[in-house]
Amino acid sequence: MKKVLMKGNEALAEGALIAGCRGFFGYPITPSSEIAEYMARKLPKIGGAFIQAESELAAINMIYGGSSTGTRVMTASSGPGISLKQEGISFISEAELPCLIVNVSRGGPGLGGIQPSQADYFQATRGGGHGDYRIIVLAPSSSQEMMDLAILAFELADKYRTPVMIMAEGTLGNLMEPVIVREAVTEFLDKPWATTGCVGRKPNVINTLHLSQEELEGRNRHLTEKYKMISKNEKRAESFLLDDAEIVVVAFGLLARIIKKSVMEARKKGVKAGLIRPVTLWPFPDEHIQAVSRTARTILSVEINMGQMVEDIRLAAGGKIPVEFYGRIGFTPNPEEITRQLLFIAEREGLL
Amino acid sequence: MARGRVIFLAERCKACGLCVEFCPKNILVFDDHTINVLGFHPVMLLQPDECTGCGICGLMCPDLVIQVERE
Amino acid sequence: MKTVFKKPESLTDAKFHYCPGCSHGIIHRLIAECLDELKIREQTIGICPVGCSVLAYEYFNCDMLEAAHGRAPAIATAMKRLLPDRYLFTYQGDGDLASIGMGEIVHASLRGEKITVIFVNNTLYGMTGGQMAPTTLLGQVTTTSPYGRSKDWEGYPAKMAELLAQNEGSAYICRTAVNDPPNVVKTKRAIKKALQTQARGLGFSMVEVLSTCPTNWGLSPVEAMKWVEENMIPYYPLGEFKVKEE
Repeated sequence: MKKVLMKGNEALAEGALIAGCRGFFGYPITPSSEIAEYMARKLPKIGGAFIQAESELAAINMIYGGSSTGTRVMTASSGPGISLKQEGISFISEAELPCLIVNVSRGGPGLGGIQPSQADYFQATRGGGHGDYRIIVLAPSSSQEMMDLAILAFELADKYRTPVMIMAEGTLGNLMEPVIVREAVTEFLDKPWATTGCVGRKPNVINTLHLSQEELEGRNRHLTEKYKMISKNEKRAESFLLDDAEIVVVAFGLLARIIKKSVMEARKKGVKAGLIRPVTLWPFPDEHIQAVSRTARTILSVEINMGQMVEDIRLAAGGKIPVEFYGRIGFTPNPEEITRQLLFIAEREGLL
Repeated sequence: MARGRVIFLAERCKACGLCVEFCPKNILVFDDHTINVLGFHPVMLLQPDECTGCGICGLMCPDLVIQVERE
Repeated sequence: MKTVFKKPESLTDAKFHYCPGCSHGIIHRLIAECLDELKIREQTIGICPVGCSVLAYEYFNCDMLEAAHGRAPAIATAMKRLLPDRYLFTYQGDGDLASIGMGEIVHASLRGEKITVIFVNNTLYGMTGGQMAPTTLLGQVTTTSPYGRSKDWEGYPAKMAELLAQNEGSAYICRTAVNDPPNVVKTKRAIKKALQTQARGLGFSMVEVLSTCPTNWGLSPVEAMKWVEENMIPYYPLGEFKVKEE
């Protein structure tokens, strides 16, 4: 078992290589560029393809082409670049091409800033581009998870023939931590649909145009069935001190890891706090929310945005329990700030 | 005596007239007595004996209507 | 009697959806004949554009992809890098290649991507109903240049073959037309040469084909062929603009 000190972005890139990724197509943007730089160094040495594309539009279409060959391929970017990629992500979703798209997030709207952010939650979890589709969204909280979720992302992408996004705050991408380097993935699914030249078989076509109403509706129903299957099978969340929790914080990413300390501090002061950390942002782990809405007194969503995931929590809670929100922009709150918030709620609700 | 033979897949013909225009022997015409499934009067060979099998009609046809044979 | 002219194996049996007299059908057939004659149908992957030829994946009897508008060269780039022993061709119209896809085509050429581009120039947007394209001629009336394209307002038409020939990565750049039998024969020769350039790994190759749009030009198919000769060829001269031998 090899333990190496790695930046989150590098751990993610190495995880992709471990998963057999052999094509990276991207365009530089802070704070994601270390992923491209890592791939530029490594891929040519192992027979892979690295191209710095002329634009985000070209990059995501290189993903469309690269994935069509049956190769595991990925791109990485940040908010403004992910916005540019949305047309391509819509096409890739409809063409059912597996790939990994990484959003090392920064604050918006517009050019925003390069500070940590979770403000692309809506964009990521609602599909992001035009048409009816969803993509799987994974939210790591450590360098180790940057690697492990990259490996999982490729597995899920191939299994469901869908793009998978990893969304991480910029801080996580640049945080250095020891990482246990995983074994190389050796088993891969067959891809009989790939367009590799029709030697000894009928031609394959990869296409997203469906002019007849029947065909278009059929395609949408097919995708919807697939999304239902993903929702049924792939929801993931970490539960922390939930058994007797009266106030449950919901947070994801690096932020959630910091809030664990807030929860423990609040408990020392007599507040029965707990934490749910969604690992899949889509499909959203609503059963976890439903379970605590029967036992806890209140839920607090903490996000580095102005309130996005809180809407999914409220949908899941179904009005059974109050859902409050606390958010910051361009800044990861320290544990004390959230502890204070927990104490404030506990006092107000008479839980102390 | 014809040196060439032209076979028309009349149901593909859109009567664009390019073969008629470029036939060096001027022996292709529209068949006014026939309407194909696309709604056009398809092209036909007026004087089969004159055909040299040069293949220019097939070369200019955008719709793969024409197959040409030659001795 | 022996058959001297018939449908190539690299085309399916599907009927083309194109308007009467549209040159797409001729150009499709020429590409397919080249694939047949070079015996590379099973090694070839084609990428079609958004435009009238959006449905070309139904006509070519090889592996095919349908691209987003203008992005075919980016798709072909990644595929060629990952499948270097395969032949990649894109089939693109003038709106697709010279307007929305200008970035992708220029950079594919600059990188010297070993792909073959068939660029069909008919001076306007056919599928959307005859709007102005970057290739619309000065003075030409379209639905979005109703008073005729002016150099002062809409600017000058794009000469893509000349533009791309300047790039070091371009190995074969040629402009042809399909307005009469000799030019059709020359177009096929150019397409074959472009594919052979790809086979030899010399770099980027493109054949720009001057084509017709009788429907949106408001001309008969025969008149449209004459319009190509009288109006297009004087502004878009035919010939080879770049031939790299090694």
